[in-house]
Amino acid sequence: MLQIEELEVEVGGKTILNNLNMEIPKGQTHVLFGPNGSGKTSLMMTIMGFSGYNVTHGKITFKGENITEMPINERARLGIGVSFQRPPTINGLTTRNIVEICDVDRSVNVDELAKELNFTDLLDRDVNRNFSGGEIKRSELLQLMAQQPDLVLLDEPESGVDLESIVVIGDTINSLLGRQIKCPQNRPHKKVIGEHAKSALVITHTGHILDYITADKGQVLYNGVLCCSRNAREILKWIREYGYEECVRCSNEIMSWI
Amino acid sequence: MFKRDNVVDITIENYNVDANDHAYVETLSQIEPTDAKQFLDVGVDIDEHARIGTFIQKDNSVVHCKTRMEGIEVMGISQAREKHPWLSDYMWKNISPDTDKFTLQANKNSREGYFIHALAGVKTKNPIQSCLYIAKEGFSQNVHNVVVAEQGSELHIITGCATAPHLVSGLHIGISEFYVKKGAKVTFTMIHDWGEKINVRPRTVICVEEGGTIVSNYISLKPVGSLQMFPTTHLNGKGAVARFNSVLVAGPGSFLDVGSRIVLNAPDTRAEIISRGISSGGSIIARGDLVGKVAGIKAHLECHGLILNDGLMQAIPELSGYVPGVEMSHEAAVGKIDQQEIEYLMARGLDEEEAISTIVRGFLNVDIEGLPTDLKKKLDETISETQKEMM
Repeated sequence: MLQIEELEVEVGGKTILNNLNMEIPKGQTHVLFGPNGSGKTSLMMTIMGFSGYNVTHGKITFKGENITEMPINERARLGIGVSFQRPPTINGLTTRNIVEICDVDRSVNVDELAKELNFTDLLDRDVNRNFSGGEIKRSELLQLMAQQPDLVLLDEPESGVDLESIVVIGDTINSLLGRQIKCPQNRPHKKVIGEHAKSALVITHTGHILDYITADKGQVLYNGVLCCSRNAREILKWIREYGYEECVRCSNEIMSWI
Repeated sequence: MFKRDNVVDITIENYNVDANDHAYVETLSQIEPTDAKQFLDVGVDIDEHARIGTFIQKDNSVVHCKTRMEGIEVMGISQAREKHPWLSDYMWKNISPDTDKFTLQANKNSREGYFIHALAGVKTKNPIQSCLYIAKEGFSQNVHNVVVAEQGSELHIITGCATAPHLVSGLHIGISEFYVKKGAKVTFTMIHDWGEKINVRPRTVICVEEGGTIVSNYISLKPVGSLQMFPTTHLNGKGAVARFNSVLVAGPGSFLDVGSRIVLNAPDTRAEIISRGISSGGSIIARGDLVGKVAGIKAHLECHGLILNDGLMQAIPELSGYVPGVEMSHEAAVGKIDQQEIEYLMARGLDEEEAISTIVRGFLNVDIEGLPTDLKKKLDETISETQKEMM
């Protein structure tokens, strides 16, 4: 689904991602760990194509197409969707308006969706205006539910969210990715998920989100270098035990090879 | 470069104050079609659908006025003065004729204007519509308007100002005095479509008594030669409230110097000024002046300006507090459209152009209380058109 090869990215003349390689196959959820400032959000912004993130080397392929130079909206149309951590407020544009923009084929019932996400009261307010942490996440997920991307990029879905909201957020992410555990249906489960399988890259600093969603793989980004790639829960245990200290050692070793 | 003093100094003597009389019409369907179309653009509904009264003045003549509701009066000011001798107590009470040359001129040569009166406790469900229209070339329309909302009443007024198509020069001077009495509420929505060569100088003072509310919405999306206004509102009674919204667009050749001053003279009074301006080749000076005279008042001013094409967008927010215990704030921002906002919408699938026009439409979309559906729709259409023209 997504393939990143030898990616080098500069922001304001400073290299922030170094020789990064990553592959997210169809239907898989990968978790990207890393301390603040390690380049996680920059990677996401680069995958989406935001201005200011200059790819100086390497390429990004999505669904077999080289998207490295593609405008943001074409990447969105091709099936990449993002949940932002700090999205901007847009004067006079309500969340309902933006959800309708996301819903290209006019197939979703905005009010129904909002109800599921406990968002009804905020639907007709300016998007992101004075939203709390949890409200921003729910607004972003509401937009993604309408957009139905094949690859979902989630930036810190648990940060600034109260415990009540995080359950709703976890459920929504699972449903967005076709990974919710629901009572058995008429057809074999294998077939059901086969049709809905979405790929995802979930950025997290603390890893708490793993209590609510499942992941196929974990990776650690430290100082612009992808220094670890293995079972997500195992990585989380390391980080919970020792913080990112061990990652410093691994990334230093990798840097010495480059 | 655009400068603040780009505003043309108007020589009043260049304009004629006399005009031929226009005949009074009994029903609005008798209005000439070319005029009617202009009225429609500024919110006057010829079918008088969802309106409880109408006042139309063409040049110096009141061509139509009526009300369909008991306890509401709508008439030309000269007729009103005959009917109510007390009205002289309400005229030139808060504006001194020697304020400037325009007030002097209006004092000397004023012809008509409207008188709108709500008796105590009378509440209008639908708005009263008024239109001041200039049809004559080189003409100065000088009007004096008085609005009185008696105790506990509610008035909603939509007033449009427009000119005949192809008018080359004209001047409008409007003196307006509003009295919002104890517990009364006035919602006043003004839509301007003056024309490229017209100079406009409204002079307005509003007095609000205890528990009264004034909501004023001002919308000018179409070209205007020059417009300069700075209405002053005095919140004189405890708990009085003023809310001012303005939406301004200045294309090439347009000069708009628009602001409002609200003086909070009594405890628990509240004031809010919200201004949105887009300069697309023209000049906008957006002023706001909040004056807090006593403790326990709250006032906020918000002024946002976008510059789409070279022009001037100047925000001048002022706050003056005279005692401790006033709570006053302002927020002003001038600049281009934020790239982050554009890219946010692009990440949802819009191309760059669509994203920009969505942002501009939203920017101009200030929620206006109590607007009839037909007018709301009309305004949305105008905003869409304006936004296309600006791109």
